[in-house]
Parts: sequence; structure tokens; C-alpha cells
Amino acid sequence: MFDYETLKFIWWCLIGFLFIGFAITDGMDMGVGGLLPFVAKSDAESRVVINTVGAHWDGNQVWFITAGASLFAAWPLVYATAFSGFYFAMMLTLFSLFLRPLAFDYRSKIDSLKWRTNWDKALFVGSMVPPLVFGVAFGNLLQGVPFNFDSLMRVTYTGSFFALFTPFTLLTGIVSVAMMLMHGSTWLVMRTDEDVAQRSANFGRVIAIVLSVSFIIAGLMVWHNVDGYLVVSAIDTLGQSQPTIKSVVTSSGAWLTNYKETPLLWLVPITGILAPFLVAALLSVKKKSTSVKVTAFIGSSITIISIILTAGISMFPFVMPSSSHPSHSLLMWDTVSSEGTLNLMLIVVAIFVPIILGYTIWCYKKMWRTVTVAEIEQNSHTAY
Amino acid sequence: MINETLVELSRWQFAITALFHFLFVPLTLGLTWILFIMESVYVMTGREIYRDMTKFWGKLFGINFAIGVATGLTMEFEFGTNWSYYSHYVGDVFGAPLAIEGLMAFFLESTFVGMFFLGWDRLSKRQHLMGTFLMALGTNLSALWILIANGWMQNPVGSEFNYMTMRMELVNFSEIIFNPVAQVKFIHTVAGGYVAGSMFVLSISSYYLLKGRDVAFAKRSFSVAAGFGLAAILSVILLGDESGYEVGEVQRVKLAAIEAEYHTEPAPAAFTLIGLPDDEAMETHYSVKIPYALGIIATRSLDEEVIGLRDLQKAHEPRIRNGMIAYEYLMKLRNGEDTPENIVKFNEVKHDLGYGLLLKRYTNNVVDATEAQIQMAVKDSTPAVAPVFWAFRMMVASGFIMLLLFALAFYYNARREIEQKRWLLKAIFFALPLPWVAIETGWFVAEFGRQPWAISEILPTFLSTSDLAVGDVMFSLVAFIVVYSILFVIEMYLMIKFARLGPSSLHTGRYHFEQAPELTSGLRSQNS
Repeated sequence: MFDYETLKFIWWCLIGFLFIGFAITDGMDMGVGGLLPFVAKSDAESRVVINTVGAHWDGNQVWFITAGASLFAAWPLVYATAFSGFYFAMMLTLFSLFLRPLAFDYRSKIDSLKWRTNWDKALFVGSMVPPLVFGVAFGNLLQGVPFNFDSLMRVTYTGSFFALFTPFTLLTGIVSVAMMLMHGSTWLVMRTDEDVAQRSANFGRVIAIVLSVSFIIAGLMVWHNVDGYLVVSAIDTLGQSQPTIKSVVTSSGAWLTNYKETPLLWLVPITGILAPFLVAALLSVKKKSTSVKVTAFIGSSITIISIILTAGISMFPFVMPSSSHPSHSLLMWDTVSSEGTLNLMLIVVAIFVPIILGYTIWCYKKMWRTVTVAEIEQNSHTAY
Repeated sequence: MINETLVELSRWQFAITALFHFLFVPLTLGLTWILFIMESVYVMTGREIYRDMTKFWGKLFGINFAIGVATGLTMEFEFGTNWSYYSHYVGDVFGAPLAIEGLMAFFLESTFVGMFFLGWDRLSKRQHLMGTFLMALGTNLSALWILIANGWMQNPVGSEFNYMTMRMELVNFSEIIFNPVAQVKFIHTVAGGYVAGSMFVLSISSYYLLKGRDVAFAKRSFSVAAGFGLAAILSVILLGDESGYEVGEVQRVKLAAIEAEYHTEPAPAAFTLIGLPDDEAMETHYSVKIPYALGIIATRSLDEEVIGLRDLQKAHEPRIRNGMIAYEYLMKLRNGEDTPENIVKFNEVKHDLGYGLLLKRYTNNVVDATEAQIQMAVKDSTPAVAPVFWAFRMMVASGFIMLLLFALAFYYNARREIEQKRWLLKAIFFALPLPWVAIETGWFVAEFGRQPWAISEILPTFLSTSDLAVGDVMFSLVAFIVVYSILFVIEMYLMIKFARLGPSSLHTGRYHFEQAPELTSGLRSQNS
């Protein structure tokens, strides 16, 4: 169907697509969970917030599971190296993720304020720790991660948990968290009313500015402070997965190479900077029409796409550079599954993603409404 | 060198997290169909009690489902975090069914689970029923793909080792899908899940019948569970996965270990009902045998042999020696001596590379293994017998007790005498843990019986780990034990609370605790 080179590029796009899908859908739930303590002031209001995503959080979480599993299938060495290298960060994420399904499902099962506020805290932690860790992890990918392979391709990671946290990676962590919070706020503005919607809008427009500013600062740091990586030997884009036989150097500003070579790509980060301002402006509108609310949500989704793409394009073709052994860096050209597997998985994706999008949209449509305090009080025993 | 402590801790962590996750999965597998059956009756007859049944058992299903989702995330992470060499070595093959599981099954299940709980007022009756069906379908498809992945670990067909990338690569995906081991495992496992779901409904309904409350509700639930459960337990037993033990070397080893058959016996082999396996002497002491039974069960014939462990090990020795040659050529190929002759020579012996890797436990270079080390690797090439032997017997015993209970339940229920058979209701109530005993021991037989391999004959378990510090894994293992214990307590608390409360928890005003408020106000006020 496609040659190996094209397949590799398609899979770079698909992995990006799945992670963006995760950020837009499950990231929305995480934003909602993170906003919960700030926008809901009573139990009924908390339930309003939770029930805007109550029917969808589980389906949304599958974007994350599928992105992870696709990483396993398409880029096994990246999956192996990243997950074992970032061991404690991954465990921290995992243990926080435990809290969400339980909080959603168990919170309203018992009518005790203490029980419920404890689950609210759990939901907050479960919603904020994962995006923070993912942001920090992405920052580390940009900086390079210390790992190397032996002759049998066994990976050894030589960094430590605390070394993951540098000013730059904390900043990328903030970008990630702010992205989710802004996204969650635009969702709540669409799906709630009165006080909850107002508080969400107020919170969201501040976060949007924070997001844009921290994204700009992170960009400046990538320009000046964070060394990029560059492949200096020829890359056999049709070759088999052998990530240890190339030459790589680090140099300041190398992560801007792709933008310099193809100036049109600058549109991506520029959109990432400007779109949050659009969101902030729309959230500031006093009497919001439906189209204003929907545009804000779309603006927020575009922000997410642009920011994730900005990082992806900066690093392309790198996926996970090695700071200790740059020539062992993982590229999307030399760290992939075999041609047969990529072909097979592409067919599966081509068949199932449209089906998934179809029934997911149907479910969202069916559940679409403004969730109000009155509705929650009426359905007190069946709602989340 | 291999760090044995790291390997042990990694194995314990995987075993604990997988066994724990598998407490919840089977119930989900079974309950989704039971919910679908109940809701179908509701949609067809329009009788409210069936909607209440769907909603109430759905409530218990939800409590179970949430923790199943949470603990399932661990499995997604753990291959990468703790088994990174495994992930690299087989990701090209093993990753595909996992990703397909996500795309084909998880999305379906998880999207419609939300509709099941919160869509009652937003969907038409038929739409909601269709959602329940898709949820059940998704759950079962997910089991299909995970067992295709697991079946490949037991019998790795359709793939080949590539020395350039130093990993297994996909050659023929349809062989992997139609792997006979995967097929029988799927049937056996999902049917086991249906048994768990049925026993769950049957036991809790028995409790209501014994207490004499919500009798109409309990009897109907009992009927559904007795019928579905009898069909399920018959499938589990008749379509047990013995037939899968015919295929592949490691499955044959597992079968010999299950039977503690150290010596090859003339066909048809006797079935060892009970005995004391002794790995040192390679003998089973005090065994009680049933003539012909094993031969018939395992080979479905009277003239095929079941090979004993001594002979199996004996056959592994030349393969280990071959594996040393394979390793020698692999090193040459990877160090730039990839001449056509070397490639040909490597290809001649590469199917035994995995056996050569067994020596890595004793010598990193493999090729310099001493005679004594080779003998140790031969010993390693089959699992410890006693744990597999006993776990299998616990599984089978639980299975037959459940068969008896489901048969009696079905019989007396059909005769409408079940309410009078209090001894049976009590027995069923106390049998509630049995499906879990059978399922967990069955899982143990399948996976412990696969040792020393992570991927049969290809990758030893001890080589599969991540390169982590012992302290790292110790820390995470303790964290898992602590956190899982807390989650389990919370889950059981809610489950027991709502099971005791029964359909009154739906707040319809039609059930027991809503009829006599002065007696039950304490229980009622706390719940939604």
C-alpha cells in the first residue's frame, strides 16, 4: 500500500493524532476535575460540574489507553524506554489515575458530605497530577533523556526522578496543566449555567493568558537555553529499526531548524500563542450566545492541537533524544515497528477511528444539555 | 548478570497487580450479558420489575466496573515500566492486539457504559438496550484481543526473529488471531467470567430469598442467573482449554506439570487425581490415579501419549546446545560480521535462540557455558510442579462444586421449589467466592505453568525485566499492595452495603426497606 518511509511518517502523525485526541477529550475531563474546587461551592454545584462529563469520562480515557497501546505497537522502543526510564513519574501518574474512575462512580453513592468532599479531593489530584507529569515529561523529551542501549538493545536509564524537574520542565508542566484547565473551563461554560458557568469563565480567561505567556517563555527557552539535537549522518528512512547507528550532535537553537527550513510552520506556534487570547476574549463576553460558547471551546481545542504540534515539529524527526548517548536517540525513522505491523495497524485505525468518532458523537449529542442544579436535585439518586 | 531479586520483585508485582485486576474483570464479563438479558425482557414485556433488576444489578456492576477500570490502567503501564526488554523484544507482535483491543473494544465498552448508567432518561428504550448490548460486546471483544495476545505468549505463531532489529517481528497476523491456544483460552475465560457473573447474582438473590424480602425481584434474578450460569459452567468444563495443551512445546510441559507426570506413560495415560509431586526426585509420591482419564482429556484419543517431564527436559538439552550456537552467530551478525554464510548458519539454529538465552541466568556470554550450567538450564526449562498441580486441582474442584450447585439451582427453580430448599440457598450463598477461586487459580496455572518463559521458547522471563534498581521496584510493589488494599476495602464496603440494601437502593418506593421505614431508617438515610 504505502512504502515503509511513508508509513513511518503516517505513524508519526497518527501517534500525534491519538495524543491530541487524548488531550482534547480526556484533557477536558481533567480540566473539569481540576476546576472542581474553584467553580463549585456546594454539593449540588459539584455534582453539576461532575455530571457534565459523567457519561463521557470513561470513553474519553480510552484515548489515553489507546495512545499508550499504539505507542507499544508502533514504537515499541519508545514505549519501553520512556515508561521504564520515567519509572517514578509513571507510577505517580498511574496512582493518580486510579482516583478518577472511583471518584466519578463512588462519590454520589453515599450521602455524606465528608465522603463526597474526600472524593472531590481525589478527583482533583487524579485530574491535575497526570497533565503535570505529562508536561514535565514532554519538557524532558525536549531536553533529552539520559539512556543508552547495549548490544542486545537492552535499555539502561541513568537519570533520577528528581533530575526530571528543571525550571524548563516545570514550565512545560505548567503549560500542560493550564491547557487542560482552560479547556475544561470552556466545556463548563457550554454545559452549565448561572454561578458555575460564570466562575468557569472568570477562571478560564485568566488561565488562558497564563497559558499563552508560559508557552511564549517556554518557546524562548527552547530558542536560547535548551540545546536541540541534530542528526548529522545520513538517515536511511527506508531502513529497519536500528536506533544506534547514526551520528547526532546537540546545538543551541537546533529545535528551531524545521521552522527555519519551512517558515510556513511558524503558523503553528503563532496559533498556539494567539488562540488563548481569542478564548479569553470570548469568555469575557457578558451575555454569551451558543456560538460564542462553542467558538471558545473550538478555540481551546485549536490551542491544544497547536501547542502539541509545536513541540512535535520542533523535535521532528526525534521522538526521544538521548542526552547521555545522543547517537542512541530515538527517531521516528529508526525506532518503529516492522512494515507489516505498521501496515496492519494503519488498516485497523482507518476502519475503527471513523466508527469510534461516529458513536462517540452520537452519545455526546444524546447527552447534550445544560446541566443545572435543579436537574441534579430532581435526579439525586441516579446522577453522579 | 541477571539480578535475581529484581526479577522476583518484578514478577511478584506483575502477579499481584494482574491477579487483583482479574478479580473484577470476570464479573464485568458476566454481568454485562446478564444485564442485557434482563433489559431485553424489560423491553420486550414492558414489565417494570425487569427494569429495576437491570438498574439494581447495574449499580453493583458499576461499583465493580470502576475499580476494574482503575486497576486495568496498571496493566497498560506495566509492560513498559517493569518489562521494558519484553516490550522491545515482542512489541512489534504483542503490541498490535493490545492496540486493536483499545480501538475495537475499549472505546465501545467505555463509551456505552456511560450511556448505561446515565442514559436512561435520554435514550429511547431500544436505544438504551442497544447501548447495553454494545457495552457487553465491547467487554467481550476486549477479552478476545487480550487472550489473542496472551495466547501468542503461550504459543508464539506467525512471527520471526530479526537479528538486525534484535526482536520478534510480525509475519502472519491471521495465524496469531487463529492461534488454537488463543481460541480455546478465549472461550474458557469468557465462559469463566459468565460463571462469575451468574454466581454473583445467584448468591445475592439467595440471600434475599433466605431473608424473605423482595422475593419477586430475587426469584426473577435467580432464574436468569441459574439458566445463564448452568450454560456457562457447562461450557467452561466441556470446552475447558485442555485441547489447547496439544499445541506447542510449552503447553505440553504445562500439561505434564499439571498432572505431575514425570515419566511418559504408555497411552492412554492415567489421570493423577491427587498426589505429592517431588521435583528433586522427579517422582510423584502417594498418587491416586484414574486409568485412561488423562489420555482422553488431554489428547481426546486412546492411542496418543502424554509426554512426561523427564523426557521433555531431555529433549530440551540439545536445543540449549543449539541455542548456544545461535547466540554465537547472533553476536557475529550484530558485530558487523553479517556475511551471507553467517546469516544462513544463524537461520538454521535461530529457532533455538530462546533456549540459548536460558543460559544468560548463569553466564552473560552464553557461548562459554559449562556443562554444569547447561544442566542447570535444562532443569530450569520446566516449571516447579507442585504449585501448578495444586492450583489446577483447586480450579477443577471449584468448577465441579459450581456445576452441582447450578444444576440443582436450575432444577429446583424450574420446579418452582427453590424457596423451600433453604439448604441449597445457603450453600449457594456461601459458594460466592468459588468462581474467583477457580479463576485466579486457573490464571496461575496458565501463567506459572509457562515458566521459565515470558514468551514460550523465545524469551525467558528473567531477561524480560526493565533495568531498574531493586529499591525502585520494592517501593512500587509496597505502594501497590497498600493502595490496592485501600481500594479493595472501599469497593467491598460499597458492594456489601448495596447488596444488603437490595433494590430498595433504587428509591422507587416499591421495595422492602421502603415499606417499613421505622425499621430501616438507619440503613436508608445514608444511601442514594
